Amino acid sequence: MTATALDWRKGLFGNKTNIAITAGYAAFVWWLVVPFLQWAVVDATLHGTSETCSRDGGACWAFIVAKANFITFGFYPADVRWRAAVACVLLLAVAVAICVPRFWSRWLAAFGLGGLVIAVLLLLGVPPGQIVTTEQWGGLPVTLLLSVVGLAGAFPLAVMLALARQSRRGGIRMLSVVFIEVVRGVPFISILYMATLLFPLMLPHGASIDKFLRAQVALILFVSAYMAEIVRAGLSSVPRGQTEAGEALGLSYFNTMQLIVMPQALRAVIPSLVNLAIGVFQDTTLVLVIGMFDFLNTARAAATDPQWLGYYDESFAFVAAVYFVCCFALSRYSLWLERYLGRPGAR
Amino acid sequence: MQCALLVVIVLAVQYLGSNLAANMKLVGITPGFGFLNHAANFQIGESVIPYQAGDSYGRAILVGLLNTVKVAVAGCILATIVGVALGVARLSTNPLLAWQVQAFVEVVRNTPLLLQLFFWNAVLHGLPGPRQALSPVAGVLLSNRGVFVPGIETDSPVIAGVVLVFALAAVVFLAQGRHIGLAASVAGLLGAGAWGLAHGATVALELPRLRGFNIAGGLTLSPEFAALLIGLVVNTSASIAETVRGGIVSVSAGQWEAGAALGLKRLQILRLIVLPQALRVIIPVMTSSFLTLTKNSSLAVAIGYPELVSVLNTTANTTGQALETIFIMMVVYLTLSLTVSVFMNAYNRRWKLRENAR
Repeated sequence: MTATALDWRKGLFGNKTNIAITAGYAAFVWWLVVPFLQWAVVDATLHGTSETCSRDGGACWAFIVAKANFITFGFYPADVRWRAAVACVLLLAVAVAICVPRFWSRWLAAFGLGGLVIAVLLLLGVPPGQIVTTEQWGGLPVTLLLSVVGLAGAFPLAVMLALARQSRRGGIRMLSVVFIEVVRGVPFISILYMATLLFPLMLPHGASIDKFLRAQVALILFVSAYMAEIVRAGLSSVPRGQTEAGEALGLSYFNTMQLIVMPQALRAVIPSLVNLAIGVFQDTTLVLVIGMFDFLNTARAAATDPQWLGYYDESFAFVAAVYFVCCFALSRYSLWLERYLGRPGAR
Repeated sequence: MQCALLVVIVLAVQYLGSNLAANMKLVGITPGFGFLNHAANFQIGESVIPYQAGDSYGRAILVGLLNTVKVAVAGCILATIVGVALGVARLSTNPLLAWQVQAFVEVVRNTPLLLQLFFWNAVLHGLPGPRQALSPVAGVLLSNRGVFVPGIETDSPVIAGVVLVFALAAVVFLAQGRHIGLAASVAGLLGAGAWGLAHGATVALELPRLRGFNIAGGLTLSPEFAALLIGLVVNTSASIAETVRGGIVSVSAGQWEAGAALGLKRLQILRLIVLPQALRVIIPVMTSSFLTLTKNSSLAVAIGYPELVSVLNTTANTTGQALETIFIMMVVYLTLSLTVSVFMNAYNRRWKLRENAR
């Protein structure tokens, strides 16, 4: 008998506790996992209508297949759906490119920014075509755009906030501390309400700013406070001597930060930033509270279609699977990155 | 530069503020908190204190606040218990259990909380009606009208409160393995109970039972509250489990071996040697988990549990006092956050002091 097989036998049946746990696990599988698989796989319906589904009794994946376009793109006009699809691909490409260490350079920032601008223009319907207002946006492009722009937009703000929090000037430091602590102390929903209920009242009478844009700015502000704390942790990991060396070379404050301190500080916290990105990706679902159609909300709305009424289980399961795949991949990437950056001789 | 920045901010605030004032005047809303005394003409699904439509907005907001506190306190306690259990189970020598706990943690951490809340809400509303209520454990009934658990019925709440405090203290002392404290609190518990009974207080354990078309008796958790509580507990316990696991792993293996050499059992080593050391790592992270849970309770607005944000949102929509309601929202959450962190910092400091005294 091999060593691992022995370990397994010991782990499963080695003592009374482990035997009890194994028995309990068998019961768990029998009562929960088997019925779930029965529902999700064995009895499931892949093709057909809701009549076929209700006959078979299992999960109605036919519903997901039939409503795939709506779940992915929401109320985006069907004839120009390709625009939303291309925008999605572009946003994903930007996100993936940012994740590859070999691409980390000035060019990446330009590429990323360009990609985002083109994606937004595509979604808006410029150039040619009819204008697609943001109220018609929905599904995956909304979730991706909110997350990617939320993170990218928060980054410069976070760096400024983190530096301001370490500033020798009391006024600037205080402003930064108050902003960071207030934003971190309140739920995201309250900031979203501020952007949707309160902010429109603060504009001159008659003026208005697009709701999507307001939600996006709210997200950027929210993320920047959390990101600032991460950047600050990175800054405090850089020895003081580095700043002093920069000053000794006659570099200005901004050059010292840009060329010497920040590159080291940010490198130290990249894995934390990835974990933040996972959180932000999930937090974008909260925009459904203010009536926007992100991926979760379109999936939910799909189950209100009179032809497919009430298939909430399937739509939630599908959305959960999509989020899980994305976030799980990101979290594994974060672990890999930590090892990659920590290896001896890493750039 | 500093002065310039401050001037810009002051000017911006003044500009936005004057617009706000003008706009409010235009639609005929008086700025200020006077509306708190006006009658609120909406119902609230559930409440800790008596409330009905027509009571003041101030009272409605208080109801929402108490509902938030209720779910946050219950959530923090349950999430700690479940999270510590999961964290320990994750390190079990049984590979099935360790693997299953990790799979659970991964699924919970990698799906949005809002989706989880929808899921639990659907599960609880999808339960059978009261007449076919499920009863997984004797005395607990699950139905689409809510979750029913046994409750203690008494006509003297003060004595019941005292007994409850002693019982809690006993549990804490038991967990810490301090026998003198345990004996003292059990004595206090029995004493208070005996005194109460001697003075004619009645106490009875009430089990939920089907009466007519609904279930009565015992403690009732509405489906929304139960869904929110389960969702928050499951979500937070997953992150607490990771924290606890990390804390336990951070204690060196030599400590386990030393405990084993002293002839202690595994559970004893964990309780007496490893956990006290792991707590130093665990508590600061746990604090932020509790804060996150409290803030996350605001997601209840999406499943219809009337907590603070939900009530304030209704208030803002009916009165138009967006500025005031959002101000209240922020102040309350900042106060809650600050309170939790002050408590947890005090607790943390106590551990540190004891560390130095040794």
